[in-house]
Amino acid sequence: MILTNWPGNNKTALCITLAVFKKMTDNNTIKLTYREAIKQAIREALQKDDRVFLMGEDVGRYGGAFAATKGLLQEFGPERIMDTPLSESGFVGAGIGAALGGMRPIVEVMTVNFSLLAMDQVVNNAATLLHMSGGQLNVPLVIRMSCGIGRQLAAQHSHSWEPLYAHIAGLKVLSAGTHEDARGMLLTALQDPDPVIIFEYNFLLNKEAEIPANAGAVNITKAKIRREGKDISIITYGAGVYKALDAAKELSILGIDAEVIDLRVLRPLDAATIFNSVKKTHRALLVEEAWSSVNVSSEISARITENIFYDLDAPVQRLGGVEVPVPYPKHLEDASVPQQTDIINKVKKMLQHA
Amino acid sequence: MLEFKMPSLGADMEAGTLCEWLVKPGDKVKRGDIIATVDTQKGLIDIEVFDEGTIGELVIKPDEKVPVGTIMALIVPDKEPTVKKEEKAPVKKAEKKEEEKPTGEIPVTVILQGIKASPLAKRMATEKGIDLTTLKGSGEGGAITKADVENAIIEKMAPKEEKKVAAAESIRMAVAAAMSKSNREIPHYYLETKVDMSKALAWLSEANKQRSVKQRLLPVVLLLKAVAKALTEVPDLNGYWENGLHKKPDINIGFVISLRAGGVMIPAIHNIDKKTIDELMVSLNDIIPRARAMKLRSSELSESTITVTSLGENNAETVYGLIYPPQVAIVGFGSITEQPWAETGMLDVRPVLTATLSADHRATDGATGSRFLMAMKDYLQKPAEL
Repeated sequence: MILTNWPGNNKTALCITLAVFKKMTDNNTIKLTYREAIKQAIREALQKDDRVFLMGEDVGRYGGAFAATKGLLQEFGPERIMDTPLSESGFVGAGIGAALGGMRPIVEVMTVNFSLLAMDQVVNNAATLLHMSGGQLNVPLVIRMSCGIGRQLAAQHSHSWEPLYAHIAGLKVLSAGTHEDARGMLLTALQDPDPVIIFEYNFLLNKEAEIPANAGAVNITKAKIRREGKDISIITYGAGVYKALDAAKELSILGIDAEVIDLRVLRPLDAATIFNSVKKTHRALLVEEAWSSVNVSSEISARITENIFYDLDAPVQRLGGVEVPVPYPKHLEDASVPQQTDIINKVKKMLQHA
Repeated sequence: MLEFKMPSLGADMEAGTLCEWLVKPGDKVKRGDIIATVDTQKGLIDIEVFDEGTIGELVIKPDEKVPVGTIMALIVPDKEPTVKKEEKAPVKKAEKKEEEKPTGEIPVTVILQGIKASPLAKRMATEKGIDLTTLKGSGEGGAITKADVENAIIEKMAPKEEKKVAAAESIRMAVAAAMSKSNREIPHYYLETKVDMSKALAWLSEANKQRSVKQRLLPVVLLLKAVAKALTEVPDLNGYWENGLHKKPDINIGFVISLRAGGVMIPAIHNIDKKTIDELMVSLNDIIPRARAMKLRSSELSESTITVTSLGENNAETVYGLIYPPQVAIVGFGSITEQPWAETGMLDVRPVLTATLSADHRATDGATGSRFLMAMKDYLQKPAEL
């Protein structure tokens, strides 16, 4: 289960990362990598609340499979940064128990595919105990897992299981598609009395971006308009957010003014933000990496049609993952999910842009 | 208050532009009065009124283009409501008239349902009174979008400066629309027969000797008359197909007149079965020049119950027509030419006419069509009885 040869494990690369990306930039913003944003969030959570602890495979001595927790063991000690055996069902269950016992555990599941081993704990315990106990037992558990493709981890470690979790009643499901959310979602999720799943994205780990120097907890109930536009609503989350923003930037050169909505919360969906946007633009393109059949976009498409059909000026369109096990070769991997150019071409077609 | 609506002047008409009101509020009108001229794809048409009363309000203004069925004016009935019973007859007639023009609103709705337009475009068009059937879609797959409806609204609001489409071109489009519909929707069947015209032509030349040059009869009056007589025997071919065959009591033959600039006009000649040969010739002499000048009355454009196309002299020998919807038949006459004719074991040369029938197989079958052609052929052998 341990991923060797993972570039994030390279110590040299890590030191450079820390040195370069911690620097302050102008206007009270800081430039940092997605990996660093995750680490800052965990550190802040641990500092703020004694009940918070982190557990998962290789999070301690190894510094995290993706080096997101490097140094935390030294800083907070083995009681708060706990390496677990390779037993997802066991340690997710332990996390649920700790949450029931008054702790605020952060359970890291290395990659989303491993979470399938803990699915029973998530679905039958975390998501249902509040209901089964007649409202007596909250489970204030946060599960973080990395997911998505783009790092040549092949078919077994490249899943986009967001739709699977977004299907489960009793969970709150978040997707950190930006640095700001990687920095802030965890803190708010830990305040939530009920189980929260946070999806993080492998391929963003080394990407750097500027966020406010005082960035912290963020709202976890609303979708966010990342870019305002009037011609079309590109609705996406996670891995699609930066791609959609880049596509929108290029489309603006062609005179197409695209609005980009980052769903952020996949369960419960913030339908109001979606509807208001589509009522304004009258067109919706839904983008995500998950396989197209029965994904989050399917749900959004249905809700748009059910609620604001008469505001549509074109059929709702979707761009999703090609329905094959994710390929290993780089060019095939790239081809298996929507890319920036796919978004641009689709928008041009929907707008009949010559 | 009676509503005077934009009439449908054929299956292909979707909208008309009011050119001029020939009446003003307060004017008394009676059935048959021409109260307005309307510009259609078929040129300027005089519009008749079917009610009696006083013009109450002129709802639309000159140069306004409105879809078929739009209320153009309100007419106050002459009689008090209490005496309405007496008025029942004319009212009924007016209703009947409407029945006879089902080409108006019904097809428009049908087209609307099948039209490819975005939900938003449809909603906006309904709110703003835009006829989607008149728009060309710019969206994916030719769908009508918000932008197309917005353009149409701007056009509607803008002062009517739009260049008039050349009459010929607009008639071309009208013919195109009607014939496309015909070919798309009507399952035609075709029958053909040859008619020995020697007796008819001989009778005609005798008859013309007793007439002044102005009153001379053309062979076509015999043909029209024979069609009308045969229709009284086979009434199934005289009517409309609208979810079922609706036979019409009057025999109003639409006579195809080909225009020099291209395209055709099909004015109706009313009640041919009840007209004498000479009356029919007078009607033809009146209507043909008016059709060519595109000065027809609305009833002449909307009330034909069957169509006849006759090629006349020195033309092709056979013509198979396309039915003018919602009618159920069209009769085609080619040129009369001399041909070898075998009869009672002898060969002779006779003036021969090829007559064809294209009929709607939903409404009738070949046996009906054949009975009609044989009846018509029979009448043409007894010209004196026509």
